Amino acid sequence: MNEITPAPTLVPEPAKRFSPSRYSGPLWLALPVLLLAITSAWLLSSDLFRSLERGAPPVERLTFERTVLDQDGIHLKVRAGGSEAMKIVQVQVDEAYWKFTQEPAGDLPRVASAWLHIPYPWVSGEAHEVKILTNLGTSFTHEIAVAVATPKPSLDELAPQALVGAFVGIVPVALGLMLYPVLRRLGRDGLSFLLALTVGLLAFLFVDTVEDALELAGEAAAVFQGHVMVIIAALMTFLVLLGIGRRHGLPTGLALATYIALGIGLHNLGEGLAIGAAFAAGAAGLGAFLVLGFTLHNITEGIGIAAPLLRARPPLMSFIGLALLAGAPAIAGMWLGSLAVSPHWAALALAVGAGAVLQVMVEVGAYLMRTGSSKAWILASPTVITGMACGIAVMYATGMLVKV
Amino acid sequence: MSSDWLRQRLTRRGLIVSGVSTAGLTATSVTLLAGTRANGDASYDAATPGAPPPHAGHATSSHEAHGNMISVGDVDGARNGFDPSAMLTDWDTGTVSQLPDGRTLRTFEIGAVDKEIEIVPGIVFPAWTYNGRVPGPSLRVTEDDRVRIVFRNGGSHPHSMHFHGIHSARMDGVPGAGVIAPGEEFVYEFDAKPFGCHLYHCHVLPLKRHIHKGMYGAFVIDPDPARHPEHAEVARSRLLGTPENKEWQEFVMVMNAFDTNFDGENEVYAVNTVGHHFAKHPITVVRSKPVRIYLINVIEFDPVNSLHLHANFFDYYDQGTTLTPTLKTVDTVMQCQAQRGILEFTFKEHETGLYMFHAHQSEFAELGWMGMFDVTDGVV
Repeated sequence: MNEITPAPTLVPEPAKRFSPSRYSGPLWLALPVLLLAITSAWLLSSDLFRSLERGAPPVERLTFERTVLDQDGIHLKVRAGGSEAMKIVQVQVDEAYWKFTQEPAGDLPRVASAWLHIPYPWVSGEAHEVKILTNLGTSFTHEIAVAVATPKPSLDELAPQALVGAFVGIVPVALGLMLYPVLRRLGRDGLSFLLALTVGLLAFLFVDTVEDALELAGEAAAVFQGHVMVIIAALMTFLVLLGIGRRHGLPTGLALATYIALGIGLHNLGEGLAIGAAFAAGAAGLGAFLVLGFTLHNITEGIGIAAPLLRARPPLMSFIGLALLAGAPAIAGMWLGSLAVSPHWAALALAVGAGAVLQVMVEVGAYLMRTGSSKAWILASPTVITGMACGIAVMYATGMLVKV
Repeated sequence: MSSDWLRQRLTRRGLIVSGVSTAGLTATSVTLLAGTRANGDASYDAATPGAPPPHAGHATSSHEAHGNMISVGDVDGARNGFDPSAMLTDWDTGTVSQLPDGRTLRTFEIGAVDKEIEIVPGIVFPAWTYNGRVPGPSLRVTEDDRVRIVFRNGGSHPHSMHFHGIHSARMDGVPGAGVIAPGEEFVYEFDAKPFGCHLYHCHVLPLKRHIHKGMYGAFVIDPDPARHPEHAEVARSRLLGTPENKEWQEFVMVMNAFDTNFDGENEVYAVNTVGHHFAKHPITVVRSKPVRIYLINVIEFDPVNSLHLHANFFDYYDQGTTLTPTLKTVDTVMQCQAQRGILEFTFKEHETGLYMFHAHQSEFAELGWMGMFDVTDGVV
């Protein structure tokens, strides 16, 4: 390689001829910014791209984010996503023009949202179709599958929902944790199996949560770039929680159990959102059978949280705290969901949950490797493989109870 | 439209869908939220006492009769360049001259123009028009007049004028006989017959698009009383400009509709183009004078249209080609596309006030095809 090395002495040192003063730094930053400003002004003021236009009308998009039905009629939160500001000029409900007010009034710029208030005498238990018309005659249709009054945040409404949330979240986790004394009697292989089961369970939850988040993201306005947002939010959550969890070394025992409970709690928040949203949409009569299904489905989560505690002996209060951390978010989810939260927020919440679940998967996996006998190959040992498979299989099988 | 994410979440999450399935599962399921749902059933129409529901409006003016079920705002007639109310009566009788044999020659000049028109407040429709208006000019001639129509195509597509009437194949306005490209000119010429309430429209293919984009208009041939001695009185009352005719209040109503999002379904139904126009601007009718309506249906995508008159009955002359009614004492008449006819009725014995008329396809009425007669004692 020597033959291609140039003689360094022949090259003048550029740094010597160009000696930056201490103002040149900001100056070099200002130059591209200034050029960008000039370019933008020129592009916007000149009609440079006129030749590219083919007389096509602007693209119009409208996303329906929230639906509220009350004694004043139908209220819709819509978000514009077109290439230009949109004008909503008429509203039809069930193929009839209806008066409406828009709040705030006026053109709807890109990304902006507005409420449409329609004094329509909707009929409880029946379906309605709202059609929004723009000045271009484009229409956007929103179906209200079953009209029921939107729950208001009052004690009468929230208490029964909290009860459902408790059955979906807190009860199963608590039941799972109650197996703790039995689980403590397991030997080393038993513990490995249990931890592997937890990883399997978490893997199921991760896939489930990501799928839900992506689906919701698809329903959100295009400007939010829902799918990218979900992946970024999940990865950020994963990294942040991983960093926090490892501040004082690898998490074990109660700390690890707490992270598992947090991840599962965020997942249960998403589950609560879905049930609450279904309740708000009016299309659901929540059967005890289904609530029981969710309870069975989530018992495994309690076992997973208990697994890292088997070598510690935490106080009873810790178990209560863990059960609440993992289960109570289902109640919050029920409430939020029933108040018809916008899909992009729901997607974001689920993405954060997916990131948290991924973090605990990694940490439980790491813990499993440390506790195992043959460290390098423990992840491929029959006990662990069987445990993971069991975890996924149990979740999948009990999942059937809640899919109709 | 992926709009109802809540509902999709629901089906995916597999919660029991309400209604039949809930009822079917009651044996195995208890409705945990029964109390909440009962509260939730307090629907709109069961509003709290004292708070009047939005639809309980007292009719104090013409369109308040429709409560909240109406389009918001009003159409800018100046911008459109035409007014549906004025169109009721603005007959175009052409430029009149005498032929060497003594017959009357009526010459019309009509141009096809692309034009954006406002068809319900705020919604602009990219129309194809005759003379910049939809419906096109209401042509009115007398039986056996010679009719000459100088048609110029100033639009962006080929167009024609196809008259419902008797004429030669060369004058039919179909491909090969009077369809002209943009920038071209064609002269249609024929004798006006038979008398009646007719129409013209563009016959370029695809026909559906050329018609629903706005290329149609009324073409009325008045009967010549001299040719109908057995009904000379009736014929005179139909002949525009006679003293007998002046005793009538004549209106031309073209029932049309617009598919603003091009999905094959109409978003706006109307008479003379603007939805709800006559609900917001009732047609003034003097009680003492009889009313004659030239009613023409041109809507696309729906098989029939209709007119129902409130609190009154009328005689109907299908296609207007007879001097005795083809239907007597009816209050609703149905027309397929291009069907048309003449309605005759009077409010002589009625109280003054607002009398509604509308399509009795409720959907059409609620999408704009409704209006009011304001029956008065005054002089028009």
